Parts: sequence; structure tokens; C-alpha cells
Amino acid sequence: MTTERTAGWAERAVAEAEATTEHEPGALSQEQQVLKRIERARRRAPKIRERRITLAHGAGGKATHSLVEGLFVEAFRNPTLEALDDAAVLSVGAGRLAFTTDSYVVSPLFFPGGNIGDLAVNGTVNDLAVSGARPLYLSAGFILEEGFPVADLQRVTASMAAAAARAGVQVVTGDTKVVQRGKADGCYVNTAGVGVLERPVSLGAAQVRPGDAVVVSGPIGDHGVTIMLARGELDIAADLASDTAALPALVDALLDAAPGVRLLRDATRGGVATVLNEMAQAAQVSVVVDEASVPVRPAVTGACELLGIDPLYVACEGRLVSVVDGTQAAAAVAALRAHPLGDGAAVIGRVAADPPGMVLLKTAFGGTRVVDMLVGDPLPRIC
Amino acid sequence: MRFVDEYRDADKGQALATQIAALCEPGRQYKFMEVCGGHTHTIYKHGIEDYLPENVALVHGPGCPVCVIPMGRVDDAIAIANEPGVILTAFGDMMRVPGGNGSFLDAKAAGADIRMVYSPLDALKIARTNPDRKVVFMAIGFETTSPSTAMTVLRAAAEGIDNFSVFCNHVTILPAIKAILDSPDLRLDGFLGPGHVSTVIGCRPYEFISRDYGKPLVCAGFEPLDLLQSVFMLLNQLAEGRCEVENQYTRVVPWDGNLRALEAIGQVMQLRPYFEWRGLGFISHSALRMRDEYAAYDAERIFDVPGVRVADPKACQCGEVLKGVLKPWECKVFGTACTPETPIGTCMVSSEGACAAYYNFGRFTRQRLTEAARV
Repeated sequence: MTTERTAGWAERAVAEAEATTEHEPGALSQEQQVLKRIERARRRAPKIRERRITLAHGAGGKATHSLVEGLFVEAFRNPTLEALDDAAVLSVGAGRLAFTTDSYVVSPLFFPGGNIGDLAVNGTVNDLAVSGARPLYLSAGFILEEGFPVADLQRVTASMAAAAARAGVQVVTGDTKVVQRGKADGCYVNTAGVGVLERPVSLGAAQVRPGDAVVVSGPIGDHGVTIMLARGELDIAADLASDTAALPALVDALLDAAPGVRLLRDATRGGVATVLNEMAQAAQVSVVVDEASVPVRPAVTGACELLGIDPLYVACEGRLVSVVDGTQAAAAVAALRAHPLGDGAAVIGRVAADPPGMVLLKTAFGGTRVVDMLVGDPLPRIC
Repeated sequence: MRFVDEYRDADKGQALATQIAALCEPGRQYKFMEVCGGHTHTIYKHGIEDYLPENVALVHGPGCPVCVIPMGRVDDAIAIANEPGVILTAFGDMMRVPGGNGSFLDAKAAGADIRMVYSPLDALKIARTNPDRKVVFMAIGFETTSPSTAMTVLRAAAEGIDNFSVFCNHVTILPAIKAILDSPDLRLDGFLGPGHVSTVIGCRPYEFISRDYGKPLVCAGFEPLDLLQSVFMLLNQLAEGRCEVENQYTRVVPWDGNLRALEAIGQVMQLRPYFEWRGLGFISHSALRMRDEYAAYDAERIFDVPGVRVADPKACQCGEVLKGVLKPWECKVFGTACTPETPIGTCMVSSEGACAAYYNFGRFTRQRLTEAARV
């Protein structure tokens, strides 16, 4: 039995694109015209087309962007939110505060190098630190599933307390909800954090200039690969642990040594490639990454090679990506390496003017290619 | 990493590039097709075209398993997934392939139980641990993956697991290559043969290509140096006036293939009279179905499969891209209606698809790319 159909959605998408595409007249080659058309299509405001939320919307790539910008920013629009930085910077009296929130749904809850509690404290603390703020206070909200072992919850809270002490923050308010069995996967945690901006630094994509250096604080991809292996679905074993760590002390050391720091990010979901793409698009610069100088542990390279994943897209939970005035790159790397959390620091690339909004990679083999943002993520629920 | 880094040595790449350039006759244009999507991915991922002279062009072929799945088969699979008690399992690449009415990811969001697996054995494991559910594996791929599907069915039969079945979409590479050779609109100088398929079928089956069609073929590995060496071997044949099937990937590919794997395929599956390929239409004897003896593991017989046929969207030129007639960017909807976020054609979905590889990795004229990276 065979039924004939047409894909109506596809015909509509083609018609819509046709209607909004201007055709370039004149001297450009056909390929150049096509590339121009793509650039224009990429600059279109993100729109959410799907009728339902899919896992791709949570993956940190293009689908997440279309959800955030096409739905949330539309609903809550204000100048502070529109900056879409890791933390909102608020003027309160004479001072400036940084404010951020993050939810944690990692699976499994416990993994080599930490657990959901470590992530919930370090992740939020790091969002404040990379905004240039000194983290002060956290809230903690727990969504617990009926039947979740209290002993597990105690392990999580003990880790949170220890991580908070290491990061120099206090958990000062909280909330608890319990849902029926099957309605949550054990335990979800939300934290919000407040910090104070004490340094006279001005960080952000607007500060980035051609000639700047891109520096990472250590080997990338440890966290993502650790989580994937901890799920036990792959029958691969490796001696790896999550890199989850609080970064304020490392940020302080870097800012002391290199006042020409332009931008800081922690490369979580979507990895270093996503961070660099966001920056390149916001600053309308290009970033050229030198693959051979990107630090990656052999176990991470091996696992990624087997699974067909690029380590540049794999999440870290304690790695700082910084863009630094090119003349201060050596000082920045030296300062990072002097700190235990930054002993694998390296310059991985530099900022150039053209082509704006793009990340390029000089491959270790000696070729060149584009590094784009991912649409979805092969590894959901990584944090 | 051992056994990988050796094949990514940039100095050796330079040396090969020099030898390749020396073999090219000035003024002559060379067009070689890499049949396999894995090669397309390697070429873009490592920037291999930077090593080739301007008069050597690589044309992307039909060997991307996800790309050749027609929309109707996606709809059929979703119909199976929507049957009560079914868990549909699929490779990650399949999840975003659009059907006539959405992808697996959309169907999953709407309530179907569709899970990503890395191997058919993972699907069998799910069947073992969920005895009250019916677990279906969406089997796709060329001869590279059909042995593992066959072995999994044999394992299920040996263990007496009766809640596991296969929705078989396995295809075979030779009819696709033949379709390309018979297509009037393409002039090729030779083929980079699909290395992984050849680990199973060997090199011998390609001999008709050199004998009957007068085109050389070099069976190629998947690391950058493998590909450069294979291009060198093709050019060398042309320069010496030879036309043969040669094996560059000798460390993995035996000339006669893997007999045990071929036996497993033959035991469990048989050729279909015809099968629809995305963009290429119906090709006779180009795909596999389950043998009658294994009907109990054949999802097409267990479930009431609607047998949907969805016409390719009029503007979509996947067929021309798969045949290498069009470069990805020459397709009318490339990069505007059809992007990795909102793919219309399959070539834009899989990491092995020519359009996705070009959009994600090579979306610039080579000249502008290399200039930008040189600064």
C-alpha cells in the first residue's frame, strides 16, 4: 500500500525564503552571490518555528538562541536583558551589582570529579566572575522527586556547602518543591547569584579589537566527556574527571596581570566554539583559532574521535575563555599558569577584522575551515 | 593519538601536495568523485582542498547514508513509533531528518518514544531490559552498517528475544555508482572509492567501473593523508595511461572483502526489487529487506506500515547534489530556505551531507578563507 503526499511545510519554507531574498545584481560570481544571501539570512532576527520544544532548544546552539531571542526576549524586553550576557549588571545607588541565575539538570547526578551540587554553585559563581564581579550571595532552589534518597540529597548539599566556601559565597535563601514520582529525574537544582563589581574594568564584546589574543585556561572538554562516559551507555572507560571549579580567584589573577582583558566567558554548554561564535557575532569580528594549540587531553580527543564529536563543542565547567589585548597575551598566560586552576593555559587564536561574525579554524593538518555554531547538541543534560 | 596522528602529519601533507601538483597537466581540469560521505566530512573538516591545485576538483557523491533516505521512509518510521508500546531506536544522525510532517525529534517531542543509539546492539539491549515493549531499530546505511544489523538480528534470534525488530533501510553502493556513471550530465575523471564499505565488499566489485566505463577508482581511507595519497594515485594512473581499481586503504580493506560479514548479510537480508532514494528516485536492486526466514524481526511485516511516498519539494535539488551535478551552493534553496537549523533536504542534516559540510565548514570561497587565516 502506498499513499502519495507532498511536504507542505517545505514548499511554504521555500516560498517564504524566496519572498524575503533579494537577488544581487551585477558583477559578483554566483558563489559570492549565494554567500551574500546566506549572510543576510543569518542576520535575520531569530524566529521560533517549531510547534513544540525539542531537546535542541536546550542545547545552547542555534535552536536555543532562537528560543531565547524569539520568545523570551520578545516577552520580557528591556535594555539590561537585551545585552544577553552571562549576568545582568545593575546600578544600585553608587555601586554596580551583577545578578544571574542558572538551573542544573545534569544526568547522572554524581560523576567523577563532582556532582550536581558542585555544578550548581560553581556554574552560577562563574557567571558572576566572568562579568568581572566578586560573587557574594547565592539562592538555592530544589525540585525533588518523590522517593529521592535523603542520603543523596545530603551528599549534594554537602558538596554545595564546600563549593560555596571555596568560592567565598554564602547560600542565603532557598526553596523546596517535591513532585510525584516520575515527574522529575531525582533532583533538579536552581541557583541565583549576586555579586558586586568592584574593579573599574569594562568587559564585553564591544571591547574586542582585531589583534586581540584568545586564551583558554586549560584543557577543554573534560566535563562533557566525563558526563557522557559516566552514563555508561557507551562502554568506554577513561581516566577523566569533570573540571568543575569556581573561577573567581583565577579571574582576579588574570585581571591583575593583564588590565587589557576585553572579555571573559566560561565555556559551558556548547563549548569554546559556541562562546567564540557568540563573541564574533556580537563584536562583528572574526576569530582565527589554531587547532594545534588548543589544549585537549588525549582521553578527550580519543572519546570525541570515536563519537564523531569536535572537542571545541564539548562543555567545560571550570575553564575560562578570555580575549586579551594582543600585547598582554604572554602576561595573561603566565598569570593563569601560576594558578593551579590555570596551569594548562594557552593562546589558542586571535581576533581579526574580516570576515565579520565568523570563527575560522586553521586545522592541525594545515587546512582552513569555518567553525559554526551547532544547531543541537549530541550530549543533552550536561549541566 | 596513535594510528590517527600519523595520518594527519602536515609536513607529509605538504610533500604529497607537491607531488600532486607535479602530476597535473597544466590547463587540464580534473574532477574526482569521493563516493562516501565520510570522505566529504574529512575533506571539509581538515581543509584538504587547501592542499589541492586549483585544477583538481573533488565532487561529492551519493554515499551519505542519511542523505539518501526519502521523506516517506521517515514518515513510515514515525508511524511505527506512534504504535502503542513501541520504542523506536535510531542513530543520532537520523533524529533531525525531516519527513513529510516533521522529524524524529519533533515526533519525540509530541510523545513518541524515540531513542538515540550508537549501535544496533544498544537497541537490542533496550529490548532485553524492556520485555513488555516492542523495540524497533531504524536500520540505515550501506554495506558498512548492514553487517552489524544482520549480526544483531542473529543475536536476537539466538537469545530468543522476540520484542526486537528492524525497520530495514539498508542500501547498496554499486547501483548508486552505476546510476551516476549512466547519468549523462556528469564528466568525471575517476573515483575515490568508499573505504568503509570496501572493508565489507572488498575492491573486486568495482572492477566494472574501470573495465566497462573506463574510469579509475582508488579505494581510499579516511584520514587526511589517505585522501591526498588516493588523489595522487588517481593522477598517477591518468599520467601513466592506466585505468584500474587500486587499494590505498590496504591497512583495513582486503581485496576480497570480509566474507563473514557478507555471509551474515546474505543470511538475514535479500535484495529488494527496487527502493526509492532521496532525490535519485527508484533504483532497482539497490536496497535490502529482511528475508522471509527472519520475518519475525521485520518491522515492515509486524506493523501496519503506511508505505508513504512524499514527493521531494519542487525547489529541493538533493538529487543533483547527490549525483555531483550541482555543487551544494548551486542548489536554489541552499542557505536561504534550507539551512542546518531548518533543513529541507537531507544533505543539509547529516554531518556527512555535502550541503551541511559546505555550510558548516567551507562557507567561503577558498581564497577568502585562506587569506583571512593568513593575517
